[in-house]
Amino acid sequence: MSAREAAARVRPDVIPEPSLVARLLNSRNFLGFIFMLPLAILLLVFLTYPLGLGVWLAMTNQRIGGEGFFIGLANFEFLVRDDVFRLSVFNTVLYTVIASVFKFGLGLWLALVLNERVPFKALIRAVVLLPWIIPTVLSAIAFWWIYDSQFSIISWSLVKLGLIDEYIDFLGRPNWARASVIIANIWRGIPFVAISLLAGLQTISPTLYEAAVLDGASPWQKFRYVTFPQLTPIIAVVMTFSVIFTFTDFQLIYVLTRGGPVNSTHLMATLAFQRAIPGGSLGEGAAIASAMIPILAAAILISFFGLQKRKWQSE
Amino acid sequence: MAKKEELGGMDYLVTLPKRVVTVYIPLAIFLIILLFPFYWMVITTFKPNEELYDLGRNPFWVIHPTLDHIKKLLFQTHFPEWFVTTMIVSVASTFLSLFASVTAAYAIQRLRFRGSEMVGAAIFLAYLVPPSILFIPLATMVFDFGLFDTKWSLILTYPTFLIPFATWLLMGYFKTIPYELEECALIDGASRLQILLKIVLPLSVPGLISAGIFAFTLSWNEFIYALTFISSTDHKTIPVGVLTELVEGDVWHWGSLMAGALLGSLPVAILYSFFVEHYVSSMTGAIKE
Repeated sequence: MSAREAAARVRPDVIPEPSLVARLLNSRNFLGFIFMLPLAILLLVFLTYPLGLGVWLAMTNQRIGGEGFFIGLANFEFLVRDDVFRLSVFNTVLYTVIASVFKFGLGLWLALVLNERVPFKALIRAVVLLPWIIPTVLSAIAFWWIYDSQFSIISWSLVKLGLIDEYIDFLGRPNWARASVIIANIWRGIPFVAISLLAGLQTISPTLYEAAVLDGASPWQKFRYVTFPQLTPIIAVVMTFSVIFTFTDFQLIYVLTRGGPVNSTHLMATLAFQRAIPGGSLGEGAAIASAMIPILAAAILISFFGLQKRKWQSE
Repeated sequence: MAKKEELGGMDYLVTLPKRVVTVYIPLAIFLIILLFPFYWMVITTFKPNEELYDLGRNPFWVIHPTLDHIKKLLFQTHFPEWFVTTMIVSVASTFLSLFASVTAAYAIQRLRFRGSEMVGAAIFLAYLVPPSILFIPLATMVFDFGLFDTKWSLILTYPTFLIPFATWLLMGYFKTIPYELEECALIDGASRLQILLKIVLPLSVPGLISAGIFAFTLSWNEFIYALTFISSTDHKTIPVGVLTELVEGDVWHWGSLMAGALLGSLPVAILYSFFVEHYVSSMTGAIKE
């Protein structure tokens, strides 16, 4: 049905005198309030309130099934001296920085390649996004099998190629485990970065490239002085999202290593879960989770300033 | 479309061998790496145990495909129950979120009530709050409300990450609908609710589909809430069930584990294959706006 028909269909035969209810229903502020209610209730009860409750819990010694009392900053004081927590902060930063750098580099590269004229472009673009669509836990289980200490297909191939003599214990050695989970995270993150940046690339006007070519720009100069500056605002937003969700990642680690071996892959989110749910110390877990908030707030501020200069988007 | 053509127009400056090195080879490597885990999932699902655990053979292919792992998954585990639970939770939370998002997006974008811009910004911030800092306080709330181990614990908490992005996306769609249409209807005496239902919504069907399938996918993939709020085996969702129930004890579990991963991914993969463009637009749209 076209819009015109739709508009015609609601036309009443007689226009009645507006009653109080009718006038209220045409008041922007009153209607706005009514229309916002479902969203407001759901988000205030299940998002804003728990955000505050989490900070409150972090200052109590609440345990599962027990009563909690206010203990001030004792949880944080304990955590600052806790080697496992400090290791998890180190791991989280390492994981986020390395994974984000590679996701950005490889994602941008893939976006540039996909922006070229290639056959079956739509199909390839659809296929590229698959790792991001499929449930993370389920693809992580596939990685778990790929990293298996006895039957790893990577080890098998490397042995057959004569590059190594014995199977690599991917998830059993601290640094191998760190590298393995980071690679799995990069694998899952590339499509998101690539497809988002591709959307940005397609908004860059071809006349800019033509002008650059006429001025004798090399391919690198075209990238450096046309593509990159045009793409900066969307890069800022995409990478903020990527950093936030890498920093607070839980699923991959939980599937692949559960924080092991000897806590070498514990992230703050997995440590918070382990202490709070199986461990029962809700207060301590909440303190670990709350410790992530300042860093998230910093990332959000960066995102805010990234959004400020969205030149690439025609208003 | 025109842009792509014009970009292609400068291709004559680049020779074919150069294109092979700069475009086709990197693209092929990217595709192989991005798709290999799925290929491996499929091969393992259909591989009999003798082949699976025999290091002497070529593991990249399967000689005698078998349905044993899938049969075991369907008839000897709780997989069918997890499937139904995941479906109910995903559909319910998607519709709940869409309802709340449609009315809110319309109010923010079109009613322009006092403070609507601030509310829009606040919703964008809510978008950036990850589940891993909310699950502990939510767990205590779910327990206090008596929702622990029920589908409601998930149906009511999933909207926290669905609504912000759906609202943001729909705001973008509503923005593209000309004001004149609404003004015409207002002059003809239509109420705001009628305008929303009979003019704005029919025109934003593509946006609704994008938001809906994307919300469904996010709910289907959710893990940390389902892991925390559900404890009994037959109430679990697919990601949690496959991971926690198929691993225990049995040493020779890789076949059925991969079958679980494969079948658990199928619904979103099928949905995705039908609505690729909607996924792309919802992913990029939610960022652009």
